[in-house]
Amino acid sequence: MNNGELPGLYIHTPFCRSKCIYCDFYSVASRTMVPAWLEAIRAEMKLYGKDFPVFDTLFLGGGTPSVLEERELALLFESIRKHFSFGPDAEMTMEANPESLSKEKLDAVARFGVNRMSLGVQSLDDTDLQYLGRAHDGARALRALRECREAGFGNVSVDLIYGLETQTLASWKKTLDLLLEFRPEHISCYELTFSPSTPLGKRKESGRVRPIGEKMEAAFFIWTSRYLKRHGYHHYEVSNFSLGQENMCRHNRKYWRHVPYLGLGPSAHSFAAGPGAQTRARRWWNVLSLREYCRLLGEGKAPVSGFEELTSEQFDLETLDLGLRTEEGVDIGFLEHFSKDQRVLALWRKSGLVRVSEGRVRPTRKGFLVADSLALMMSK
Amino acid sequence: MRQIRNFSIIAHIDHGKSTLADRLIQHAGMVEDRQFRDQILDNMDIERERGITIKSQTMVLPYTSRSGELFELNLIDTPGHADFSYEVSRALASCEGVLLLIDAAQGVQAQTIANLYAAMEHDLAIIPVINKIDLPSADIERVKDQIDHDLGLDSDTAILCSAKEGIGIEDVLEAVIEHVPPPSGDTEKPLSALIFDAHYDPFRGAVASCRIFDGSLVPGDIIRFMYTGATHKVEEVGVFHLSRVAQKKLSAGSVGYIIAGIKTVADIRIGDTITLDSNPVSTPQPGFKDVKPVVFSSIYPISSDDYPSLQDALDKYKLNDAALVYQKDSSVALGQGFRCGFLGLLHLDIVQERLEREFDQAIIMTAPSVQYKFTLEDGSKLTIENPQYYPEPTSIKQAMEPFIKAIIILPERYMGAVMKLCLERRGSNPRVVYPTPGRVEVTFDMPLAEVVFDFYDRLKTVTQGYGSFDYEITEYRESELVKLDILVNGERVDALSLIVHRERARDLGVQVCDRLKEEIPRHNFKIAIQGAIGGKVISRSTISPFRKDVTAKCYGGDISRKRKLLEKQKKGKKRMKMVGQVEIPQSAFVSVLKTRDE
Repeated sequence: MNNGELPGLYIHTPFCRSKCIYCDFYSVASRTMVPAWLEAIRAEMKLYGKDFPVFDTLFLGGGTPSVLEERELALLFESIRKHFSFGPDAEMTMEANPESLSKEKLDAVARFGVNRMSLGVQSLDDTDLQYLGRAHDGARALRALRECREAGFGNVSVDLIYGLETQTLASWKKTLDLLLEFRPEHISCYELTFSPSTPLGKRKESGRVRPIGEKMEAAFFIWTSRYLKRHGYHHYEVSNFSLGQENMCRHNRKYWRHVPYLGLGPSAHSFAAGPGAQTRARRWWNVLSLREYCRLLGEGKAPVSGFEELTSEQFDLETLDLGLRTEEGVDIGFLEHFSKDQRVLALWRKSGLVRVSEGRVRPTRKGFLVADSLALMMSK
Repeated sequence: MRQIRNFSIIAHIDHGKSTLADRLIQHAGMVEDRQFRDQILDNMDIERERGITIKSQTMVLPYTSRSGELFELNLIDTPGHADFSYEVSRALASCEGVLLLIDAAQGVQAQTIANLYAAMEHDLAIIPVINKIDLPSADIERVKDQIDHDLGLDSDTAILCSAKEGIGIEDVLEAVIEHVPPPSGDTEKPLSALIFDAHYDPFRGAVASCRIFDGSLVPGDIIRFMYTGATHKVEEVGVFHLSRVAQKKLSAGSVGYIIAGIKTVADIRIGDTITLDSNPVSTPQPGFKDVKPVVFSSIYPISSDDYPSLQDALDKYKLNDAALVYQKDSSVALGQGFRCGFLGLLHLDIVQERLEREFDQAIIMTAPSVQYKFTLEDGSKLTIENPQYYPEPTSIKQAMEPFIKAIIILPERYMGAVMKLCLERRGSNPRVVYPTPGRVEVTFDMPLAEVVFDFYDRLKTVTQGYGSFDYEITEYRESELVKLDILVNGERVDALSLIVHRERARDLGVQVCDRLKEEIPRHNFKIAIQGAIGGKVISRSTISPFRKDVTAKCYGGDISRKRKLLEKQKKGKKRMKMVGQVEIPQSAFVSVLKTRDE
């Protein structure tokens, strides 16, 4: 599926200034190993250069890629350009945190080819930001947004988090209103997640923090979706909004549509569709330790820790689940793979969870909210 | 024969019957102390966990009395629950005496009295034994008072013991020798032996436990079962020690086993009389009953693929439990299954647990029902224990349901709560006796249907554990019955239908709807649950949908993580039954009749 589309390249920068209490992505709060990582990732690129020659998206994520110094970023991009090529109009995203951005850094990465900045703003309310353990305040975030525009970035995305104990619908609206003055091309609104491995998850377990509850979560979600729509944003995935169809994140959509991608750096995941109908799609992932990652590459070995081949059942289950998380939905004919029983679809429609248009079953706002159980209902 | 004593221990549940039996066995030197495993007689897991004896076992105890004489004491163990009262009665018919065991702290309870009546019916010597005298809460004087007044026995003859601590064990054995008469019988007369138990041996087939009243029996004899008429050639006779020990001969007065190439326990009727085919007795031992199931429920495999494996499990189970009856059944909601008949609720519980534990079956059981009798307008008669086959209401001329006599013993202070409970359950004609100050014995006429579900649990709750209960089925009475249907999102779930009394229909309808509301998890759509009689909705509840379950983030390219979670949830779903799009958990089907604790 989607074999015609060029793959995407993901690079995981496993460094942060400090760890945020809610985040369960792999990173270390120290820059000591940056040089070793740069060397290792160069070696990893060499391993895959032949199999993945051309991409049309790059996503430099983390961690916090913006903690890298200009010269480190220069080295990284030099390696990328050496081993890989990009198609015309490639989308090249870099994640950044407000406190580690500067005009000089922005100018530099623009020169290296980055054309989309994704800012980890999270909130513009200082109480929220302190609660989350972020290193910036609201004013710094707004300044970073201005700097992105000044550096000429015409495609800026902002990450926000809602559903905090410290938040009210009114304070959340204030964050959105301040942000909307910049009209960012893309906004990701993630509901706060309590991963068991994070400090926040542990605080929840011990009862020191409380989720705001299903009713409030649903209210925040629906309100946000409506509010952003009124301001011209397209709610194209559970947590993602774009100013018009053209500003959807091309890289992330590859993940959701079974388009191949190569992930480099510790903890990164890769996916390759089989070259023919006989070959199964495969996914593999890298070790969760920076030290191990560097050691393996130092010995000329791939830093892979796991691998799976998707059975056609698994592939279909993913297609269903991922499809029902996006506005694009799934093909109505595809649903027959799971059940010829029309009653499930009828029930969904009656309950206002999906609508059917252009031969596709698309979740409504209410449907997005229960997307996990939609896939479960359909699967045998 | 003068040196033989045949006796049983009878007691209310938990009064220490198995512990005492184990002590007697230990005292007889049958087991080394270090081999002594608690409660040898209760050798099924369920029995040990629940502290009750389900399948009785028998054992011969050699005992040298204080006077130096060697005795052969046959301890005939009895099941400790009303469901098995017929088996108890056959065991008692094989004895000359009983130890009536009473807990020193709890005193006389409902089954103590029921057991006493049963022993008196067989005109047995009765030795009261006060157990657990080591407990701080033991009140021996009070119990002696109850023995005199509640039981009408002589408390001076009561033996004090603590089976747990090994106190008074020899006194018990001496009392057996002194007070239980030796068996009478004539070895020269034609063989007459009473079957009081049967169990299955995978190598030898069904093994009958019996008491020889007259005559004798040796391997090679051709025996005849007088009720079934079947004949068998005896392969082996013997007595029970910790395991079977073969003997050359069984003679009048003794208790032992017979192996005779009998295929299943269902071929052996408890209470049947064994005689010699060549020289039969003219009359069988009295008291034979063809035991019929009184409680019915359907068993379905959770996954319809497991139907053959369930069939196999039931066939194997049945080898050792003749009382279970079953036949094929099917339900629109649950697919292929079996309609099963049980001796009572405990029996039902035991079958369910053993199928799950020993036979590894994942099953759904429907709410239990009793057997109803109908006379239709055209004069035909119908017996129905499955709501699915409830007759067309307009065709019913008369409906009947089984009634019981319920005996409840309780401290007086709970009288109000118990009266209320029994009246709610359509109890009538209460008879109240105050045998000793502060204690009440109350007898009700009640429909069996009202006690087949959680009555005992409710009684325990309202009396804080002090109430005890026993019952016997008395008669069928005319009743006004209706069929209560349950609809989930407009679809009738046949496996949830109930036959109920008209006056109770609304209450039960509300109860079932409320229970299902608790049992069925929220879905992403609204679920309506309705109780209906003949298309008319009499109760309803609504399960509101959950609003949100979506995972905010797909963790970058780590799609596998999300899918694995989904696969895990899918597995969990397999434990549910789908009705329409609604997932109904296994527990919902049987719990619909369970009342909530206030």
